[in-house]
Amino acid sequence: MSLTLENVTQIVDGQYYINQANLTFEPGSFNVLLGRTLSGKTSLMRLMAGLEKPTSGRVLMNGIDMTGVSVQKRNISMVYQQFINYPSMSVYDNIASPLRLAKESEASIKDKVMEIANMLRITPFLTRLPLELSGGQQQRTAMARALIKDADLVLFDEPLVNLDYKLREELRIEMRELFAQRNTIAVYATTEPNEALALGGTTTILHEGQIIQTGPTAETYHSPCNVIAATLFNEPPINMINGNISKNEVTFDNTVHFPLTSELNVLEEGEYQFGIRPSHLSLLPKNDDDLEMSVQVEVAEISGSETFLHVRNAHFQMVLHLSGVHRYQVDEKIKIYVPTHKLNVFEKGGKLIQSSSRKIEDNYHG
Amino acid sequence: MAEIHLKSLAHSYDTTANPPEYAIRQMDHVWHDGGAFALLGPSGCGKSTLLNIISGLLVPSEGDVLFDGVRVNDTPPQDRNIAQVFQFPVVYDTMTVFDNLAFPLRNMKAGTAKINTKVREIAEILELTDVLDKKAANLTADEKQKVSMGRGLVRDDVSAILFDEPLTVIDPQLKWKLRRKLKQIHEKFNTTMVYVTHDQLEASTFADKIALMYGGQVVQFGTPRELFEQPNHTFVGYFIGSPGMNFLEVERCDEGVCFGNTIFTLNNAEKKALQHSKSTNLKLGIRPEFVHVWDKPNDDAFETKVEFVEDLGTYKIVTLTFAGVSMKARLQEDQQVPQHTAFISFPEQWLMLYVDEFLVAKESDYE
Amino acid sequence: MNKSHSNKAWFLVLPVFLLVAFSAIIPLMTVVNYSLQDIFDVSTRYFVGTEWYREILNDPRLQDSLVRQFIFSGSVLLIEIPLGIAVALMMPKDGKWSVVTLLVLALPLLVPLNVVGTIWQIFGRADIGLFGWALNAIGIDYNYAANPMDAWFTVLLMDVWHWTSLVALLSFSGLRAIPDAYYQAASIDRASNWAVFRYIQLPKLKSVLLIGVLLRFMDSFMIYTEPFVLTGGGPGNSTTFLSQALTKMAVGQFDIGPAGAFSIIYFLIILLVSWLFYTAMTHSDNK
Repeated sequence: MSLTLENVTQIVDGQYYINQANLTFEPGSFNVLLGRTLSGKTSLMRLMAGLEKPTSGRVLMNGIDMTGVSVQKRNISMVYQQFINYPSMSVYDNIASPLRLAKESEASIKDKVMEIANMLRITPFLTRLPLELSGGQQQRTAMARALIKDADLVLFDEPLVNLDYKLREELRIEMRELFAQRNTIAVYATTEPNEALALGGTTTILHEGQIIQTGPTAETYHSPCNVIAATLFNEPPINMINGNISKNEVTFDNTVHFPLTSELNVLEEGEYQFGIRPSHLSLLPKNDDDLEMSVQVEVAEISGSETFLHVRNAHFQMVLHLSGVHRYQVDEKIKIYVPTHKLNVFEKGGKLIQSSSRKIEDNYHG
Repeated sequence: MAEIHLKSLAHSYDTTANPPEYAIRQMDHVWHDGGAFALLGPSGCGKSTLLNIISGLLVPSEGDVLFDGVRVNDTPPQDRNIAQVFQFPVVYDTMTVFDNLAFPLRNMKAGTAKINTKVREIAEILELTDVLDKKAANLTADEKQKVSMGRGLVRDDVSAILFDEPLTVIDPQLKWKLRRKLKQIHEKFNTTMVYVTHDQLEASTFADKIALMYGGQVVQFGTPRELFEQPNHTFVGYFIGSPGMNFLEVERCDEGVCFGNTIFTLNNAEKKALQHSKSTNLKLGIRPEFVHVWDKPNDDAFETKVEFVEDLGTYKIVTLTFAGVSMKARLQEDQQVPQHTAFISFPEQWLMLYVDEFLVAKESDYE
Repeated sequence: MNKSHSNKAWFLVLPVFLLVAFSAIIPLMTVVNYSLQDIFDVSTRYFVGTEWYREILNDPRLQDSLVRQFIFSGSVLLIEIPLGIAVALMMPKDGKWSVVTLLVLALPLLVPLNVVGTIWQIFGRADIGLFGWALNAIGIDYNYAANPMDAWFTVLLMDVWHWTSLVALLSFSGLRAIPDAYYQAASIDRASNWAVFRYIQLPKLKSVLLIGVLLRFMDSFMIYTEPFVLTGGGPGNSTTFLSQALTKMAVGQFDIGPAGAFSIIYFLIILLVSWLFYTAMTHSDNK
C-alpha cells in the first residue's frame, strides 16, 4: 500500500501549519521526517493518519482518496514520545488489545503476541504492568501494540527521545530489522540528523510547515537542495560562507581570494553562499587546490576518538570535525585547509547550484 | 573552587529493607579542583542520585561528602556554594532576565554597582545582552536554559556547578552552540563542573574525566581517551563509542585463546593473567574504529561476509559476519566498502582481553 | 493539539443547547420582559419602558444595599483569598496527615447553606451560644442581634468559616503542581521564604487563584440564605444585602416589574465585575 499527499495544506487560526505538502511513500519503505521542533512533523503525521483533516489537498492510500475518512476506518498505528500504554492492563493485554477489539480468537491472538514479544525482546515481562517496567521496555510494549495490528501505516513521533543513548542505538537497529520484512509504510519523526542517517530509508526535511526536500537519506544528505536543507541536515551544522565569484577568482566575504577552480569556473559571476562540511576541513594540506586560512581556536571538543574544533577569525566562524584527538589552547593560532573542490555552492539564501562531487554508495544488503 | 571528595559513600533509599537496596554502592572518589567532569551512564544507574548528594539536595545514608576536606553532609545546598542547572529550564517567570541573573546576588545583599557589572558580564558571555529586559517567561527554551546557567555563574563564591542533563530540551542545532558555551565558560572561569548525561558523545566532548556509572557504581573513571582506548570493563567498551565495542567469546587454548578455529596469541602479561585465573568467561574486544577492513585476501585477515552498510554522512558502519558472529567496523567517509566479502584484521594493540568482564592490561606490573 | 472540526459535533451539542435555552435563556428573556412592564395582575399590564430601571437606580434603599454588598464581597475576598493560600501553604503534602487535613477542610463545604446559618445563629447567641457567651464572659460586649457591627462581624466570620476551605483546596492543588526543581533552584539561589512565595508559588498559582477569586466573588455577591437565617437582614437593614433586598421587593411586595429590572441590573453588575477581575488577572500575563 502506498501513501500519497497531494498539495496538502493545513491552516489553523490563520497560521500555516503545513504548506503545500507533496510526497509519496512506497509500500515497505521506512521514511524519516526531519525537522526542528514545531516545524510541522507532528501535524503532517496526524494528517497522514487521518486524525486531522487538511484545509485543502488530498491524502491517498493506494491511489484511493482517503481524505475525509476517519482514522478508525484506516488501518494505521501510532507510537508516541511518551510511552503510552493502558496502565491497568498487563503487557500481554496491552499488546493483545487491538486484536481483541477486532474480535480475533484467543488462540490466534496468543500466537501473534508471542511472536511480536519475542521480536522486541519483552517476553519476560508479559505478565507485568507497564508502570513496573523501565522506559525502554514500556516503549517496546507500545511499539508491540502498534505493530501487532499489521497496519498499512505505522507512525512514530520521536519515540526514542526519552530513552538514553545506547538504548536508542539498539532500538533503531531493532526497528530497521522489524520493518525489513513487512509491507508496511513506516514514518518516523525526529529532530536529529544523525538519527535520520542511522535509520536510512528516505528522509523528508520539514521547515516551518514546508517540505524542503525528500529522497533517499544518503542522497538527501550529500546533495542538499538548498541552504536550509544543508543547515538542517547536518550535525555539526554545515559551515556557510558568503562570497562572490568574479571573472577569475572567488572571494569570501571580501577578504579571502582564491583562483577559480575547474568546478567553479562554470558558474556565472555573482554573489553566492558557499558551504563546506566540518568533516571536509583539515589541518594539513591534502590537495593542490586547498585553500589555506588563518584562524584562532575558540574551543576544542574532544571525544575519545574525534575532535570538534571551533575556530574563528575576524570574518568567519567555523567548526571542524577531525578524527583523532587534537588538543589546542584557547586563542591558539592555526591554519586550516579548505578543499575547494568540496565546496557546495548555493544561490544567496537559496538553492543548491553545485554540490561537491561524490559517488554515493547505496545502503546495501549482502 | 573546591575539590570534591566522596568517602566511602553509599546511598540506599530504604535503609530498613533487608538486604537494603543501594542506589549508590560504596565508592571512594576525588574530583580535583577546577576540573570538568561527567557522570555518564544509562537510565537508573544512579547518576542523578549522586549529583543530588553532591549538591546537598539528598543526604547520603552512608559515608561522607567533603568539600576541600570539610565534611558537608549536613550542610544544606544554599550553604554549599554550588549552582545547579536542571534538565528543564528553571527561571523566575515574572522577572526580567536581568532580575533573574541578579537574584542570587540580591539575596546575598551585594551592592547595586557590583550586581550591574556582574550581570552584564555574564549576560555578554552567554549572549543574553539583547534580552536582558525581556520577561523570562517569553524566552525560548535555550535562552531560558542559558539564564539558568547564568544564575549559577554570577556568584563569585561558587565552588562547583552541577548540570543535570541540561541539553535535553534543546534543539540539536542549538545544542552545539550551548556545548561550545559551556566549554568556553569552563576554560574562562575554571570552576569545578560536574555534568550528568546518558549521551556518551556529550560526556566525552565536555569532560576532562568521565565517571562511567552502572548499577550504582563507578565502573571506570578516566579521560575520554582512556575510556575509549582502554576500557577496563566490558560495559565501558559497550557503552562508550557509537557503535560500542565488538566482543568475541573465546576459550583457552595452547598459544593463547581461540575462537572456533582461529587462534589469537597473547602477550606475556595477558598470558600470566590467564594463568592466574580459572575463569571460563573470556572475551576479546575490539572497537569498530580499529577493525582493519581489506577488500583483498591478506595473510593476517579473516574472511567475513558483508551484511549491511550504513552511510552516516561523515563515516560508514559496516556490519559483517565473522564465523557466525556479527561484528561492526567503522570506515571513513571516502573509504570504499567491499561488496559481499571483506577481509578484516585486528591490530594487536587494540585487541583487548577481558577475563570475567575485566580488562587484562597489556603491560602489567609483572614485568 | 487540535481536534478535527466536524459538523456532526453540532448535533451532539443540540440537546445541551436546548436545555440551556429552556432553563436559562428563556427565563432570562421573561425577566427582561417583566422589567419593562408595570404588572398589576395577569391581565392588566402596561409597557413602561425603562421607568423601573430609573426608579431602582435612584432608590436609596437599594443603593444602600448595593454599597453594603460591595463592602461585604470586598471583605470576603480580602480575607478569604490570603487566608486560603496561607492554609494551603501550611498543609502537609503527603502521608496520612495530608488526607486527614483534606477531609477536615472539606467538611464546612459540605454543610447545607441554611444549616450553616442556623449553626452560627445559635453559636453566636449571647445567652446559649458557645461563641457569644464566651466573648461576653471575657468582657467583650457582643450581641449580633442588637449591634450592627457585631452582626457584620458574625456574618463575615460565618462566611470565612464556610468558604475559606474552597480557596485552600484550590491553592493546595495548584501548589502540588509546582515541580520540585523550582524549590531546589530557589534554595540554591539562597532565596528567602518570602521570595519563594512571591516569585515561584504566587505566579504559578495564578490560574487557580483566578478561579478562586471569580467563584468567591460571584457567590458572595449573590449570598442569600446564610445571612438571612443568621440575622434576617438586621438589625434593621444593616446586613440586608442585594439578594435579600431583591427578594423582599419581588416576593414580599409582589412588584414584578421593578423586581425584574433589579434582577437584570444585578446580573449585569456581576457580569461586569467578573469580567474586570478576569481581564486584570490574565492581562498581567501578556505584558
